[in-house]
Parts: sequence; C-alpha cells; structure tokens
Amino acid sequence: MYGNDFTAPDEPTRDQDQPTGDQPTGDDLTQFRQILDTDGRVEPRDVMPEGYRKTLIRQIAQHAHSEIIGMQPEGNWIGRAPSLRRKAILMAKVQDEAGHGLYLYAAAETLGADRADLLEALHTGRQKYSSIFNYPTLTWADMGAIGWLVDGAAIVNQVPLCRCSYGPYARAMVRVCKEESFHQRQGFEILYALSNGSEAQHEMAQDAVNRWWWPSLMMFGPRDTGADGSQGHTEQSMAWGIKRFANDELRQRFVDMTIPQSESLGLTVPDPDLRWNGERVSYDFGEIDFTELFEVIKGNGPCNQQRLAHRVRAHQEGGWVREAADAYARKRSALSTTEVA
Amino acid sequence: MAHDPTGDATPGRRGWPLWEVFVRARRGLSHAHVGSLHAPDAEMALRNARDLYTRRQEGVSLWVVPASSITASSPDEKDAFFDPAADKIYRHPTFYDIPEGVDHL
Repeated sequence: MYGNDFTAPDEPTRDQDQPTGDQPTGDDLTQFRQILDTDGRVEPRDVMPEGYRKTLIRQIAQHAHSEIIGMQPEGNWIGRAPSLRRKAILMAKVQDEAGHGLYLYAAAETLGADRADLLEALHTGRQKYSSIFNYPTLTWADMGAIGWLVDGAAIVNQVPLCRCSYGPYARAMVRVCKEESFHQRQGFEILYALSNGSEAQHEMAQDAVNRWWWPSLMMFGPRDTGADGSQGHTEQSMAWGIKRFANDELRQRFVDMTIPQSESLGLTVPDPDLRWNGERVSYDFGEIDFTELFEVIKGNGPCNQQRLAHRVRAHQEGGWVREAADAYARKRSALSTTEVA
Repeated sequence: MAHDPTGDATPGRRGWPLWEVFVRARRGLSHAHVGSLHAPDAEMALRNARDLYTRRQEGVSLWVVPASSITASSPDEKDAFFDPAADKIYRHPTFYDIPEGVDHL
C-alpha cells in the first residue's frame, strides 16, 4: 500500500496512536470477532477494539497522505509534458491522486478522526507518507517509470485491501484500484514509446527504470522474516483482516508480473541476480538494501524536506480560498434567513 | 466512506461541514450513497461531489445531504429494532403450500 505501515528499526515511534492489540475496551467484542470469523465487514458504528480503530486510522491516514504528496513528483512534469495528449493525461492522473486522498481521508473520518488533525499530523511530520515520493523525478521517462512500476506495485498492494475487514476503507479502495489501472497503463505506454524511439530516448527510459526498480520493490515493506520481520504490524493486521498477504508474498507477485512486461518494453531491471526459477515457478531476485529505505523513512531521502515544505506552503497559500468560501457561505446563509423571515 | 451519520456529524472543529454524497449511476436506478466530502455550502458540495465522484461519467444525477441531517438506527438496538420482522415468515411467498401442477402462482 502507499500507506506502508512500518517504521525504521532504530526509530522511536512518533505517532502516539500505536495499536495496543486486541485490548478489552469495556465493550463486548463478541460481535466484532464474529464478523471477522465469517469474513464480514466492520462498519463505522460497530463496537471494535481500540487497537483496531487506531491501526486503521494510522494506516488510512498514511495512505491518504501518500496520495496527496504523490501529486508532487508528477505535478513537476505537467508543464513540461512532451505533447498536449501527455499533458492532459498527466493532469487527469494527478487529479485522480487528489481524489484518492479525499476518498481515504473520508474513510479515516468514519473512525472518528478529524480532517484538520490528520493534515496537521502530516504537516508536522507526526504521520508519514510513502517513502517512494521522496525520490526526485529527473526526466520525462520518470513519469513512465512511476506509472508502470510505482503504481504497479501500489496496485499489487492495494487490490487485497478491497477485501479489508473495515467496510469504508474497502469501498474506498475499490474506487482507487479501478482508477489506478489507467495510471499503470499510461506509464507503460510512455516507456514503450521512449524505448522504441531514438537511442537517447531508449537510454532515458532505461535510466528511469534503473532508478525506480529498487525503490518500487521496497514499497512492499521490510521482509517478513529475519531481523526486519518485527518492524511491520503484519501479524496483528492479518488477524484483524486489515492486511491479507505478507510483504514478501506481494513483492514476489509484483516481480513475477513485471519482468515479462519489462521484456515487452525492451528494458531490463538493474538486478544481476534476477533469474527464472523453474522449481518455484517464480523469479529469484537479489537482496534488497533496506538501509536505504530506513534512511528515507527517517527523513533522509533526497526530497523529504522539499515535499513536506511544498505541501505546507500549498496549504497556507490556499488559506484565502477557504476563507473566501466560508465568507460567501455565511453571507448566503444570512441572506436566506432574512428572506424566510 | 459512509460517515457515521449520527456520531461525529458536526462540522470538523476547524473545517467545513461534512456532506454525504449520493449518485444516480444512470436513469432507471435510484441514487446510492458513494461517500462523503467537506464543503462550506450546498452549492460547493455539489461541485466538489461532481469532481470527486463523477470524473468518469459515473452518474447522471447527484444529491448532497448534510451528514448532520441524517438520522440513523442505532447498532446497539439492532436486534430489538429489526426482530419484529423475524417471526412473520408468512410475508414471503414461499410460506404457502400450493398443490403440484398449479402454474403461474
């Protein structure tokens, strides 16, 4: 998921809303367990453990933050898109990302979160967004690589969330997933055009794939086993039906889907250890250097400060629009009251 | 995205009120709830709903309703509220014994 739910190993938890497990809340959780046991859906006003509610708020908020921060690396290229067609497509895609953020914020609000609080948590760094957006978009080919690889990985992560145990989140994800498939295909098309263009264009496409491949694999989170295994909340989230598959399983699924696509593109992925494993009927791939991921999560990625500063500035600079809309609404409301009187 | 209509339906502390959005997907269908959004007034809520929920021609008509105007049944009283229907199975056609060979009934 964009809202990758893990922290760096040596990092203190900044969010106060840590899940406390299936703690008794004083309420009767029989119905909650029954719903999970029968693969049912939990709805906003059902009794639920406090840990479940907090985990969901944190995950959904983080996911929403990722969607709106994700507008930046691509927004960066709208003015420089190579044709009117590409420009229109990119604008539609960036608008979709805003929409995804809004679906998700609304889902988080059904759990009692306040929209203003969530934005504040993003702006002050108390809540995070997906690390993938802390990498810069250096060339036009990056628009292709983001669509194909980053959105591709997001889809693999997000499709299972359409069956998440929390109804409003699952419903939001159905909409998100429907729209993501356009995102991935437009990215593939950009790379396909470049890869089959001039030599320089082909090189540009290959360079973008080289830079985005490993960060895309890291989007699935740390390994589920070994030293990194305890960093996620995989086990508890699985028991609650929030997460359906382990990180490594989804990562493998992504690699197996993507490598044949790279062959159609005429591009390679930067992994000397990548090879088909006939026994496993899957691709083997090289070790991922998670030190980099954890550095980026901690705020030391190439664009962390820039992304957050831009987000805060955009929010502040939009303040007058919100004030004007408020003033207009008040004026209209006063007017209609007078008319009635 | 169905917001808890009776719980936290008041305007966000520092934000705009919440609106529930209903879309008629096409003629012949009723409006169905699709989600919610914040807006300062009804007119802006409609425009935002258009941009947010019908970017791909998902609808031919939109309703926006202030979330605070919705009254909902309580999940705590679910059993007591809906139970009266449980023992009236004679309301279903399958309750009745019809001799074999009787058609169109």
